[in-house]
Amino acid sequence: MNYASLKSIIAFALLAAASMQGCKPKGTQSAVTGDAASKVYVAPGKYDEFYNFVSGGFSGQMSVYGIPSGRLFRVIPVFSVDPEKGWGYSEETKPMLNTSHGFIPWDDLHHIALSVTNSEHDGRWVFGNANNTPRIARIDLKTFRTNEIIEIPNSAGNHSSPFITENSEYVVAGTRFSVPIGDNQDVPINTYKQNFKGTVSFIGIDKTSGNMNIAFQILTPGIDFDLARAGKGKSAGWFFFSCYNSEKANTLLEVNASQKDKDFIMAVNWKKAEEYAKAGKGVKKAVKYAHNVYNESTHSATSTIENEVLVLDPKDCPDMIYFMPCPKSPHGCDTDPTGEYIVGSGKLAATIPVFSFSKIQAAIAAKNFDGEYDGIPVLKYDAVLHGEVQKPGLGPLHTEFDGKGFAYTSFFVSSEIVKWNIKDLKVVDRVPTYYSIGHLCVPGGPTSKPWGKYVIAYNKITKDRYLPTGPELTQSAQLYSIDGDKMKLLLDFPTIGEPHYAEAIPAELITKNSQKIFKIEENKNPFAALGDNNAKVERKGNEVHVYMTSIRSHFTPDNIEGVKLGDVVYFHVTNLEQDWDIPHGFAVKGAGNAELLIMPGETQSLKWVPEKAGVYPMYCTDFCSALHQEMQGYVRVSPAGSNVPLTFSTGKTEPSVAAPEQKPAAK
Amino acid sequence: MKRIIYLAALGVSLLLLSCNNSTTTTEQTSVSDAAVPAGGQESVKDDESAKDVVKIAVGSKDHTTLVAALKQADLVTSLSNAGPFTVFAPTNAAFDKLPAGTVEGLMKSDKLADLQNILQYHVAVAVYKTENMKDGQVIGEANGDNITINVKDGKVMVNGTANIVASIPASNGIIHVIDAVLLPPGKK
Repeated sequence: MNYASLKSIIAFALLAAASMQGCKPKGTQSAVTGDAASKVYVAPGKYDEFYNFVSGGFSGQMSVYGIPSGRLFRVIPVFSVDPEKGWGYSEETKPMLNTSHGFIPWDDLHHIALSVTNSEHDGRWVFGNANNTPRIARIDLKTFRTNEIIEIPNSAGNHSSPFITENSEYVVAGTRFSVPIGDNQDVPINTYKQNFKGTVSFIGIDKTSGNMNIAFQILTPGIDFDLARAGKGKSAGWFFFSCYNSEKANTLLEVNASQKDKDFIMAVNWKKAEEYAKAGKGVKKAVKYAHNVYNESTHSATSTIENEVLVLDPKDCPDMIYFMPCPKSPHGCDTDPTGEYIVGSGKLAATIPVFSFSKIQAAIAAKNFDGEYDGIPVLKYDAVLHGEVQKPGLGPLHTEFDGKGFAYTSFFVSSEIVKWNIKDLKVVDRVPTYYSIGHLCVPGGPTSKPWGKYVIAYNKITKDRYLPTGPELTQSAQLYSIDGDKMKLLLDFPTIGEPHYAEAIPAELITKNSQKIFKIEENKNPFAALGDNNAKVERKGNEVHVYMTSIRSHFTPDNIEGVKLGDVVYFHVTNLEQDWDIPHGFAVKGAGNAELLIMPGETQSLKWVPEKAGVYPMYCTDFCSALHQEMQGYVRVSPAGSNVPLTFSTGKTEPSVAAPEQKPAAK
Repeated sequence: MKRIIYLAALGVSLLLLSCNNSTTTTEQTSVSDAAVPAGGQESVKDDESAKDVVKIAVGSKDHTTLVAALKQADLVTSLSNAGPFTVFAPTNAAFDKLPAGTVEGLMKSDKLADLQNILQYHVAVAVYKTENMKDGQVIGEANGDNITINVKDGKVMVNGTANIVASIPASNGIIHVIDAVLLPPGKK
């Protein structure tokens, strides 16, 4: 009997068992109970109870939904350019996407970490990771804008990131790929075992500003880091990273990294690592990485290339890291609200191992080791294990908690969420997801104070769930109620990109700080024109700088002449509005660029290199007012060497030009 | 409304019960299902933005008659919109100059159309600043009639009767305070 038919028999048996408990589901819709609609209905004008911050995966962005309605509020541009918002196109935002490799217009945002105080959501910042060119971004929840991006050196595939410590001291970045590290990185790939190393980085967060810095990196054996969670409560000084490919394969990992019965969860005593870093046990290594900061006062970003990182080598720093054996390529690695239990989810495992922090401490004290792996002590599996959830489902990935003693684990292969009791490890409920769940989210699920109420599944495959849209279908979220003993499906809603991890937070923790405008008197952009009277056009060599203002419903200036071919024109547009939700846009015909979308009180700049003589219209792209359509103007571009003087005006109609100039300007 | 949903939910639950023995409790939803009563942009809570023309008028003790009239004429929502508006705002003293009983008469519900007509005659959609106004300039007002600007010795008048005594920029336009009520052509 082949594997596939064995699987189908098992699946059939499961289905039969399920149908014996009640009516056989006639279709996916019959999984929804009658009161589902009223539970997700948020009446027009009413607010949702939670914000849901959802990673956009390969879109590179982060999206914001309301729960329980599933309504999309905003897509926050993070690692990918967003022409809609001018992100990565305006001169002010371009430095945000700078890296040691230069400007990069795209990345893959996988995981979310909301800032915490005492392991509880504090609503200040949300962090996201770039999985391809390793970076971490910090988004300010007052403005819902990306305010900082830091690149991670000695890393490749920043997947095990940006999980956060108990009081937001650090976010982490564990490298998915081990890579050659050091001066000579041009080595044969098949020298992986000798030359490739992993790192996990601890990025410090300033308590007040939120600004990030790479505090230290820990050098590790050449394995792959997958996911991570900080300890909390009693385990607050520790961090746990799931690892796979302890086989150290460099090809066909599908097979070659699945050889061993157990891989590892790496336990890091980060308080100790911090002490070692302070005590000078680390070595400063020459590297190159970009650190980009957006300043809300100058309304512009700076990118600084840093040249050094502090690296801690475990061989110089005893008792800093330990390996715990964990079955079969662990993926999720989640700590429960008390910090006592660490749940590993071996993608290929038939059980869910739950580790005990108290037992880990006891095993370390008693040196209850099962040898070493590359010089790192390996704790005895049985000595650190609280227990295993037996046969919970197929393909466990991630676990969230409700604060009532239950864990909710997603199962990709068997497409379901399984609820189980953390103490006695008994499965108490299971619901199907449609289909192929990856991450899941309970509001506050990774914190010490879960808000509970719902679990949201983020599904990879939707096939017949929505109206078809050709070969590619939307990915989706599914909302389940977890108020009662049984999980109940309430709602499907589509998502942008591919959602990986997401977090949900009570709305009032964010709404109370939400900013409405940027104060114009605090605008320190060097190109700002603070008032119509300050608008001007200046030539500096072949650069023409237009200091422009926009306010309902005109630009100042809106007629510009004297631009010549060969000039580089910068439109520095200041939105003089001081009114919530009144952005102005700006676009000019033929610009090989995006629009600007300028918030009230802000200045943004668009670069334009005209390539033909003529008159170019420009206009406001955001329907700002009843006279939005009147918010327009012209720029005249003359041939190089033309003697048309540089002039600008708004509302100047006299003296009117009686006839067009006769000199043939354009060819 | 709530009751209908509840009953419907109960009905569906009963149907389910007929084939599913698990107890289905119809829980009261925690999500409010009542729509917010219709209120326009004037009811948006916002202490950060600059004040719009309505909020400025409301904050002026010299414009209580105008504000009362705007409310009676149901124009507060419109004037709280994005505009941009130029509002010629007669002071209380300006209204007092009208023949006795005029304002009281206009505030009666059967005179709503007349009141709206007069007030809309004080509003233009666009921002007209005094420094850009020219003698003889004609400006179309929201009610469909025109006003004429007179500029003499740097002083600006409307329709030869009302002096612009002050101008106040607002988030959604500009207010010109005037010392006489403008009467639409048909009322002259």
